[in-house]
Amino acid sequence: MRAETILNAALLAMLVAVALWAWTADEPFIITLVTKVAIFAIAGIGLNLALGLGGLVSLGHAAFFGIGGYAMGILASHAQSYTPLMEWPLLVEGTKSMPVIWLVAILAGALTALVIGALSLRTTGVYFIMITLAFGQMFYYFAISWPAYGGEDGLPIYVRNGFPGLNTLDPIQYFALCFAVMCAVLLLVARIAASPFGLALSGARQNPQRVQAVGLVPYRLFLVAFTISGAITALSGALYADLNRFVSPTMFSWQTSGEIMIFVILGGVGRLFGPVAGAALFIALEHVLGGLSEFWHIYLGALLLVVVLFARGGLIGLVAGREVAHD
Amino acid sequence: MSIVLLVEQVLNGLQFGVMLFLMAAGLTLIFGVMGLINLAHGSLYMVGAFAAAATAAATGSFLLALVASLVAAAAAGALVELTVIRRLYDRDHLDQVLATFALILIFSEGTRWVFGSFPLFLEVPDYLSGSVTLPGGIEYPLYRLTMILIGLAVAAGLFALIAHTRIGIRIRAGESDREMIGALGVNIARLYTLIFALGAALAGFAGALIGAIQSVQVGMGEPVLILAFVVIVIGGIGSIKGALVGAILVGLTDTLGGFLLPRLFTLFMDASSAMTMGSALAAMSIYLLMAGVLLFRPTGLFGGP
Amino acid sequence: MTEPILSVHNICKSFGALKASNDVSLDLREGEIHALIGPNGAGKSTLIQQIAGGLRPDSGTIRFNGADITRESTVARARRGLGRTFQISSLAMDMSVLQNAMLGALGRRGDALRFFTPVMKDSALLDVAHDALAQVGLEDFAAARTAELSHGQRRQLEVAVALTLSPRAFLMDEPMAGLGTEGSHRLMGFLDTLRQRAPILLVEHDMDAVFSLADRISVLVYGEVIATGAGPEIRVDPLVRSAYLGEEAEA
Repeated sequence: MRAETILNAALLAMLVAVALWAWTADEPFIITLVTKVAIFAIAGIGLNLALGLGGLVSLGHAAFFGIGGYAMGILASHAQSYTPLMEWPLLVEGTKSMPVIWLVAILAGALTALVIGALSLRTTGVYFIMITLAFGQMFYYFAISWPAYGGEDGLPIYVRNGFPGLNTLDPIQYFALCFAVMCAVLLLVARIAASPFGLALSGARQNPQRVQAVGLVPYRLFLVAFTISGAITALSGALYADLNRFVSPTMFSWQTSGEIMIFVILGGVGRLFGPVAGAALFIALEHVLGGLSEFWHIYLGALLLVVVLFARGGLIGLVAGREVAHD
Repeated sequence: MSIVLLVEQVLNGLQFGVMLFLMAAGLTLIFGVMGLINLAHGSLYMVGAFAAAATAAATGSFLLALVASLVAAAAAGALVELTVIRRLYDRDHLDQVLATFALILIFSEGTRWVFGSFPLFLEVPDYLSGSVTLPGGIEYPLYRLTMILIGLAVAAGLFALIAHTRIGIRIRAGESDREMIGALGVNIARLYTLIFALGAALAGFAGALIGAIQSVQVGMGEPVLILAFVVIVIGGIGSIKGALVGAILVGLTDTLGGFLLPRLFTLFMDASSAMTMGSALAAMSIYLLMAGVLLFRPTGLFGGP
Repeated sequence: MTEPILSVHNICKSFGALKASNDVSLDLREGEIHALIGPNGAGKSTLIQQIAGGLRPDSGTIRFNGADITRESTVARARRGLGRTFQISSLAMDMSVLQNAMLGALGRRGDALRFFTPVMKDSALLDVAHDALAQVGLEDFAAARTAELSHGQRRQLEVAVALTLSPRAFLMDEPMAGLGTEGSHRLMGFLDTLRQRAPILLVEHDMDAVFSLADRISVLVYGEVIATGAGPEIRVDPLVRSAYLGEEAEA
């Protein structure tokens, strides 16, 4: 087995082990931290599909994360106040059911990503970076100035939404759910990476001219990748909102976009499990450094600088060697 | 709605626009010459504002505060260029984004560490406070009018610098061919540090000027940075003229959108929902403007093909 | 006589005052290798780009396989069966050699929007890719990373990727460049047989290759075609001699 495969398995085992230990030791806060790792990892896996496989440097993924969060917040708030979402032209009620909320989050995320992507992908390079950042900010300001769902103050949801057969209020059960979703998303992205689409997308990243010369349209490949990427990140936003039972415009902020990108970079760009390692490292740093100093972001910044300037493969690259897997 | 109110809003938009220009000009210059996307430009804006506020508090002089903003931001810019930025010129955009994002974290937390989390205040000096009466009997704050004039003067100075001076010639040459001017014996490394410090000084100066009408606090730079990006996308990358036109378009759209849209919506809905709809749409207006430009001219109004 | 597979009619393209293509016409017929030669700066690359779709001519038309393709995109032309190799190798460098060939096979089949089947186990695509690699002699390097190939092997892979498209015509921009004597001879032998499957418009600096392979040669100087004909005719053409040998004769 390759070093990276072993490392990936160890990562998953470690997450489960920490959660189980915290469960037996009755440390619900630690379980919440590990759940956060799984949820942030999903956001990062989503971005990594666009960034790692497609080479699209999106600084606007907070838009999708926030869309997912607000999909949950809006549906659940209508359900908890027993007011329909709309009555005309057809009656739409709120819901407290996670599967329904996830579906709505995924669809809303995909649709948003399709529109933002269709516009942003008309350009390349730095333009793309600036435009995605700007569209993310647009959602941020919209969420602040739209008072119906809490505006600047955000929107609390009193009881975590339900999943058939589980008690989601029990931290370990909610962790199990998020972990399972993360594994499913990993599997999905692994399949996509190995599919004809994955090959074409990877080719378009490395050499758009080559892809055109064999009769494929890079724009279309990028747009599809960006859409799937947005949908996955929106799903993680819905899970995150349910973890906190709270949504706020902060989910849309540029810092959120930056942090999702940090998960990918710390772990290793283009590596399937990179975002899992990156999110785990990020949460560990936040927990450990945040306990030492109120200003832990300075250390995070310094670490990020070191990784960018000297250790491009990220965490998995350091352990498993520079070569990115091809199969 | 009176015409006086409208003129006042147009002037506010203009004032906002010229300040955005100071930010965008540095960014677009740095991109045009060095091919670098600098997310930490907003931090330099913040450095200028804090330097001004601290100097004003210590000396009581607004003029000294402005000088301090220029010096501090230029020095911070040069320092960052020498230590980090110059390692990034040959890297891809992703590395540039990440490293300059890391710089934001370091600058923001560092500033919070030194100055604390509470905002500082920079007072408009007496000789610039109060308002003036413009032709047509329009009362307008003297300080804001001064900002417009200073901004336009800086823009004129920048155009003159690029069109007529030796440095300007090198900047233009650097945009078209990096290796060539190196071969001609120009010290590229020093030129780059100089341009970066110049861009930083402009950003810091804008931070100080705006700091007098808003509070000076950590995180003040990034929203302006993102607006400056919108300006550059609209104007076209690397073009100073594009930055000026884009900045004024964005300034006017933002200010007039917030002013006109709620009033427009009162024509066909009740006052409170009109206010809600109008201000929510106004918050999105400049991004919609950007989307429109992207549809018709993906490389911006003054960008190359 | 049937219509040529590719025909360029009166193409003009200017960059400012420079006329990069000045009323250029040429055609490519079934079964032939038509070489395009000319001194550096004669406008060969500009012409190739206009034929491939990267540049649009100011005036004139380009017909391919019975259709007017003057306004079509690069992708549309590739889909019509115009197989191109690039002057500077244009490959996905981080992929394996086989994956590059698979990319071509996938482009040929045109169904890149499939997300769940493993592409590297698709036997139909694999057959096409391996076959193409075998034809250019790269079958032993299928698993190698493309960035690790030698310069000459990359040229071979360029040709292999074009082969996977089973094109109606090839557009080859200096395929021999940097190949070395032995490599050049092997590729020449291969191109010699390839013309029976699809004709080749060949831009090449290696004059031995051009004169031994080409059925017809067009000479481009200052954006104009000054002569078109078989090798022996071109050798004695006074315009060509003065364009190429003018300086040499004086020296």
